[in-house]
Amino acid sequence: MDSTIIASAAINGLLLGGIYTLVACGLTLIYGVLHIINFAHGSMLMLAMFGVYYLLTLLGIDPYLSMFIMVPAMFLFGYLLYKGLIGRLASGKDENILLVTLGLSILIENLALMFFKGDSRTILVSYSDRMVELGPTLVAMPKLISFAVAMVLCALLGLFMQRTDTGRAIRAVAKERVGARLVGIDVDRIFAISYGIGLATLGAAACLMMPIFYVSPSVGHVFVLVAFTVVVLGGMGSFLGAVVGGLIIGLTESFGGLYLGESLGQIGISVIFILILLFRPSGLFGARQ
Amino acid sequence: MSATPDRSPASAQSNPKGEGSPMNTPRSPLLPLPWMLHLTVLAIALAYPFVFPSSFMLNFGVLALFYAFIGQSWNISGGFAGQLSFGHVAFFGAGAYAATIAQMRFGISPWLGLPIAAMAGALVGGIIGVLSFRAGLKGSYFALITLAFAEVLRIVSNSVTITGGGLGMLIPMKPGAANLQFVERSGFYFLILVLVAISIALAEWLRRSKFGAQLAAIRENEDAAKALGINVFREKVKVMLLSGAIGGVGGCFFAQYFLYIDPLIAFGVDKSVEMLLVSMIGGAGTVYGPMVGALLLALVSDGTRALTQIQGLSLVLYGALLVIIIAYLPNGLIDLFARIKARFSRGRH
Repeated sequence: MDSTIIASAAINGLLLGGIYTLVACGLTLIYGVLHIINFAHGSMLMLAMFGVYYLLTLLGIDPYLSMFIMVPAMFLFGYLLYKGLIGRLASGKDENILLVTLGLSILIENLALMFFKGDSRTILVSYSDRMVELGPTLVAMPKLISFAVAMVLCALLGLFMQRTDTGRAIRAVAKERVGARLVGIDVDRIFAISYGIGLATLGAAACLMMPIFYVSPSVGHVFVLVAFTVVVLGGMGSFLGAVVGGLIIGLTESFGGLYLGESLGQIGISVIFILILLFRPSGLFGARQ
Repeated sequence: MSATPDRSPASAQSNPKGEGSPMNTPRSPLLPLPWMLHLTVLAIALAYPFVFPSSFMLNFGVLALFYAFIGQSWNISGGFAGQLSFGHVAFFGAGAYAATIAQMRFGISPWLGLPIAAMAGALVGGIIGVLSFRAGLKGSYFALITLAFAEVLRIVSNSVTITGGGLGMLIPMKPGAANLQFVERSGFYFLILVLVAISIALAEWLRRSKFGAQLAAIRENEDAAKALGINVFREKVKVMLLSGAIGGVGGCFFAQYFLYIDPLIAFGVDKSVEMLLVSMIGGAGTVYGPMVGALLLALVSDGTRALTQIQGLSLVLYGALLVIIIAYLPNGLIDLFARIKARFSRGRH
């Protein structure tokens, strides 16, 4: 096959992977700290995307500027959702939380269907069709922007976790809940903050995605399995894993489409997911059991 | 992996009234259900098509029973054995496609399609079970891998030619009981009723049998079950075979009733979720839980459709119900009846 096509598939795959990385960072944070598999992750992303859509169509706010609204808004939403609902049920079994987040995702998705109707929507901004030359190929500028910003945000999140008191407290809680409580950390508050940050990354991801993707009430389905795959591949709870995993999955999707065709090409992600769970459930960077 | 180190026993489950008994013995005893209960339910189900002969009401009955049936498939592995699955539609779709392909490509009677579908469903269940349980997956991880298996099957059925690809397969209409196509809707009603009766009998057998007791032990504490000498791996694979067979038959019935299947119907997430919902909401691990849940699902979805034109309302109610049930009635709606009954009998003493 022509090397230009391969290079172009690689570049597009990496750019796609950047977005997956950001979505997966939130998921892996929530898992690493709370041990909750947040099944509602996809529907929360959908909600955030509708937020970006309406900020543009009703108020004329540019999707990239919406980030300053969507990130705090999603953080607050996650914080309150955890405090009000998930946290109250969190003392039960692991499976129950999975079911609660499943119930939430059904609820949110169908509420979205009620209010926004089922059709797919896209937005048009002045830079939608602008192309940039990148090596042997042309890429859409919004894709390049989304990749760069996603990487910067992941790095910022990593810095936040390393350098700030809240970040340290989150890591302490993730490692040793009881010990963290003993040294005076308000563990429940940290849980709620972590869930809030997890959703805040979705707010950012939604802003980056709206210029290149569509939104519909069921758009979350597209991302749920992908995000889980990235997290499992990288190792549950590992940020570095989420970044590397995201890029690998982006490449897998791009090359799967290239070699196997549109329909069968999607199979790569599910197969990777199954193989990792069967043979190396700790992922690439996760702690061994 | 799925460690929850600080799971304190006191707060393990919400217990608003502070009454110890029903919570401490969840979905408890291995006592057989009274025969009177089974006979009453059966009598009502048999009388239904004569009391409500209209096409609308018969369709309602067929769908309610159909969901009770595939819900029981989920319930047998998810409820009785505690193996939570998000991809149960894999069995349903395997059965639907196996029977339809046998009929359309090889001219095999759809009546034979029923056992073929059972075998296809069991095969898929067995493969998923062997692979995942061999790897030691449980809890949320098992739930997620079943979802991925269903997704793989969806993509494959969408891409190969024998399934008709994304266009799906349209079964030609040839009315006649020999073709499993009944001129009267009541034919379908009685067929699904027989299937549901068999699934209820299986569930009741699970309550009474040693196999069921072993599954209950595995559900409550797998390590302890192992320590008791139960071959955990073998019993879990067995339950997947059984659950898969039921799901497969459900798929064959569905294809014959609607005369159409495509990859999204056969392997889409929606049906997995519905199977889980009817079982969880009715009462996972109970004989009649899926039937209670299915009746409610059918009532809610037909009721909201009759009252309003709003899309998605019924599932909004159902999603909310799932959250409420998990919070306050972890053993499902059927537990509500048990609690009311317990209160009454206590009052009499």
